[in-house]
Amino acid sequence: MKGALELLQRVSAHPDARCWYVAWNPAGTLLASCGGDRAVRVWGKEGDSWECKCVLADGHQRTVRKVAWSPCGKYLASASFDATTCIWKKTNDDFESLTVLEGHENEVKCVAWAPSGNLLATCSRDKSVWIWEVDEEDEYECVSVVNSHTQDVKHVVWHPTQELLASASYDNKVCIYKEEDDDWECRATLEGHESTVWSLAFDPEGRRLASCSDDRTVKIWKESTPGDGSSDESWKCVCTLSGFHGRTVYDVAWCRLTGALATACGDDGVRVFREDPTADPEQPIFNMSAHVPKAHSQDVNCVSWNPKEAGLLATCSDNGEFAVWKYNSDS
Amino acid sequence: MSGGTRLENANPLIFQRSGERVLTSTDEDEDVADPIDDREIFDLIRSINDPEHPLSLEELNVVEQVRVNVNDEESTVSVEFTPTIPHCSMATLIGLSIKVKLLRSLPDRFKIDVHITPGTHASEDAVNKQLADKERVAAALENSQLLEVVNQCLSTRTM
Repeated sequence: MKGALELLQRVSAHPDARCWYVAWNPAGTLLASCGGDRAVRVWGKEGDSWECKCVLADGHQRTVRKVAWSPCGKYLASASFDATTCIWKKTNDDFESLTVLEGHENEVKCVAWAPSGNLLATCSRDKSVWIWEVDEEDEYECVSVVNSHTQDVKHVVWHPTQELLASASYDNKVCIYKEEDDDWECRATLEGHESTVWSLAFDPEGRRLASCSDDRTVKIWKESTPGDGSSDESWKCVCTLSGFHGRTVYDVAWCRLTGALATACGDDGVRVFREDPTADPEQPIFNMSAHVPKAHSQDVNCVSWNPKEAGLLATCSDNGEFAVWKYNSDS
Repeated sequence: MSGGTRLENANPLIFQRSGERVLTSTDEDEDVADPIDDREIFDLIRSINDPEHPLSLEELNVVEQVRVNVNDEESTVSVEFTPTIPHCSMATLIGLSIKVKLLRSLPDRFKIDVHITPGTHASEDAVNKQLADKERVAAALENSQLLEVVNQCLSTRTM
């Protein structure tokens, strides 16, 4: 291992609760955290340390599972076990609740904005993925409900540049969706994981997708153009990272700036992998570059690369804290 | 959960409860490091009430000390439980009660795995997967009705 993760700060973000997720705003200046205490907190840097700028406490009745910033950075969406998604609008130094998206039958597990900012996707334990359209008046309308999964849907993520959506599920599969004649359809189903797929991340160019699972592996999927001229998407698994993780891999993050791949694991460890630049792109090789075995005292739930500052990584844990790390690829 | 009053397993076999743990002089010596052992874990879960019968999980042989495996140094606990019948619809609830009891009793550093004894339940894999999914367990425990049922299983019964 050539790289290293240096701890910059550890923050007790959601005391006496899980910290489920952290998300950087597009400018990389604010970090939103959410957790089992039903709150969302927004953190900003003051001097050398991350301080709580505001608490969004009254939006949800139950656990806030994930948060996502809009591409313009003016909106924050929060997905909750209370079956709703809240949209918050940033006003100066505060946030106001703009609207509440209802419709899922039970826990909303994830929310994600499309790169254009005009579309939002949510997914739920009710097995469905919903696509919402946002108009200029900040009105949200559900334009499609897709039921391609047979179980609890854990995660949704948009392609970095295209209107292409991917979802991960308790049914061990990943689905890829595209719009077709005003409706959203599942265009590819990625099978290979042997248990729940917890999270997904596209590579910086959007040609590959990383998935992580309860089966303790990370898989890299690559888009391949089918030779038969059919319009269906075709994705194949080109690499499986196995033997690195001691327990469930809960999250994976692919850095847009450096290409480094980070994982959050139920064995309390945080790992960073780097692609071997000399390997065949059809058979990529990823080497573990850094590993902090006890990055947190409990399960690591999320890893998130800062979008502007290369190597700045935020992680969060069941013990309610988040940590900020500096990744050095050669040390 | 099964509705109505008919019991799924009307006449379960009843097993004898084990005796109290015998304390040794090293147990009482404050200077001796005292790691958590299998018996301690077993003592935490053996008196959990069966959701259906006025009996403990130990009396129904749902939990046994030999199916408890703790590694204090590595902070792991694994418990296998044996449903009284292969189609027991209470299996998930029993497993959840064991998990909750251990989550509440043990230090946070412990990783707690609760499984069905291999080959003893028709939906073994599905129940195991459900119990291993901490997100679904967390959501279940925010459901006040379910939490009440779990707490009933965990309440101390006068014997």
